[in-house]
Amino acid sequence: MNAGAATPTQDRGRQRRRALSSMLGWIASGLAFVLLAFALLDILHTVFVRGFAALNLQLFLTPTSGIAGGLLNAIEGSALITFGALLLAVPIGVLGGIYVSEFGREYFARAVRFIADVLVGVPSIVFGLFGYLTMVTALGWHFSLAAGCITLAMMIAPYILRTTELALRGVSGELREAGYALGASQANLVLRVLLRECAPRVLTGILLAMAISMGETAPLIYTVNWSNYYWNGHLTHESVAYLTYVIWSFINEPFSSAHALAYAAALLITLFVLLITLLARLSLSRLEVRRSS
Amino acid sequence: MRPGDALFRVIVTAFAALIPLILLALLAFLVHDSWPALRFNGIEFFTRNAWNLGNQYGNPVTVRGEQVMPGASFAILFLIVGTLASSLIALLLAVPLGVGAAVFLAEAVPPRIRTYASLLVELLASVPSVVFGLWGYVVLIPFLSRHVYPHMARWLGFIPFFGPPSGSGYGLLTAGIVLALMCVPLIAANLREAIENTPQELREAGLAVGATRFEVVRKIVLPRLRLPLIGVSTLALGRALGETMAVLMISGNALNILPQNIYSPISTMASFMVSQLDSALQDPTNMAIYGIAEIGLALLLLSLLVNALARLLVPRSLSA
Repeated sequence: MNAGAATPTQDRGRQRRRALSSMLGWIASGLAFVLLAFALLDILHTVFVRGFAALNLQLFLTPTSGIAGGLLNAIEGSALITFGALLLAVPIGVLGGIYVSEFGREYFARAVRFIADVLVGVPSIVFGLFGYLTMVTALGWHFSLAAGCITLAMMIAPYILRTTELALRGVSGELREAGYALGASQANLVLRVLLRECAPRVLTGILLAMAISMGETAPLIYTVNWSNYYWNGHLTHESVAYLTYVIWSFINEPFSSAHALAYAAALLITLFVLLITLLARLSLSRLEVRRSS
Repeated sequence: MRPGDALFRVIVTAFAALIPLILLALLAFLVHDSWPALRFNGIEFFTRNAWNLGNQYGNPVTVRGEQVMPGASFAILFLIVGTLASSLIALLLAVPLGVGAAVFLAEAVPPRIRTYASLLVELLASVPSVVFGLWGYVVLIPFLSRHVYPHMARWLGFIPFFGPPSGSGYGLLTAGIVLALMCVPLIAANLREAIENTPQELREAGLAVGATRFEVVRKIVLPRLRLPLIGVSTLALGRALGETMAVLMISGNALNILPQNIYSPISTMASFMVSQLDSALQDPTNMAIYGIAEIGLALLLLSLLVNALARLLVPRSLSA
């Protein structure tokens, strides 16, 4: 473009057009942000306002009966399912993550990493179907706590593996070199030094995996189904209750008592998941600020 | 190698080997259990709209070597269309919104409050699917069906598929909007990080030749991020394809019909698997369950394909 050919007026016109289109660009990007933030706040507003209105002490003291009653059996079931899934998935994810990070150049490690990434994207309902076909029917466990825990564990283990791997890779190379120079064995170095150094980030991954399993519904419909009672101590042959089922199922009932339970369950799940996520994210960002400064 | 290290290595390798085993197990059992359906349905599974359990009170008949109830047929073209259409709408909405929010957060928000402002977008990712469904059901659908869709149908009717009838609010566009909200954080978070990591010299060079700050973003920063954006959008597509509960609660759960316009009820493969579970369990020949397994297998293969593609495009990012 030959600026010399333009008269000062044309030049000023073009300047103004560019300034205007830049301004419009900022406004558009700001609007995108505002729209998304508004959606999040509206979701939280809906859940919190209606959820708090539905809260009462009975919810925490009694189990559901039909589409009324309390939520204690569902709270208990959600906790059990999440705990069981983590119990199985954490060893697999953390130890697998150590392998992928510390032996990362091996062909098999690269394959594991790729497969874990792909598995993170597989729809949860597919895991649920797998759990149904294998554990619920083929093994004859029926809808049960064990089937739900194993199904969720299969879902979140690849996620924990990847977060653990990234955490370990974030540890500085000097620490490894110092460890080896002192004659530490690899096992000692990884377990006593590296893992301790990046423990907050490993924990963050586990917390986020916990939030994922806490909020899951579809795979549990296929593997745990629903029960109006407390857990009776059996791992198989007995289904349990869980909060997300209440949300999905009770909101479709025509009674306001059922709706109240659904809103209360939504409040509990959302509050819990949000707190975990915030804890994980904010502690992580604080950690990174400390490291970089 | 020391003996302790050898043992360490064997243990961590064994645990890591469980991950490929999960994938193999998924594939093996889904193929095994959908085998009768694959034989009974053939290629018509994907080309016709006919999900019909048959006469549940009749006596099972043998068709193509498989026991089924009389009149049963299993074909899911409407699910393929519903899945692809809702996911594509979600992507069409999520990409511009995600890019816009990422630009705003990375370039216009002061670093001091950026972490907190980003949470307002990125926390959308941690809202459980069923809570999105609840919100869609009690807030979004009444609002859209009363105040938005009728006007869209009237004023945008000249665009194909936008005309009336504007429907009940349960349908394709509602599902697309909610799916977009669910996968936009993935795009926004990854892109924001990439924009922040753009070398400062490039911006300075742009500003030095007289570009405005927005022109620097649009013409220098964003064009460099085209490939990562395509990768992360593919990842988001994978998410949208398999989303279950929210879609189940807001899509209208159409059976055997194709959407007539963007307001029409639909079902997706994932949502259909949940909505049909109860009736499939009633089928004494089990063919309905095999049919659901075939849907699951198709969904698994589709998501493997999309996610593998995304991984090859963005080799080093974690889908957080």
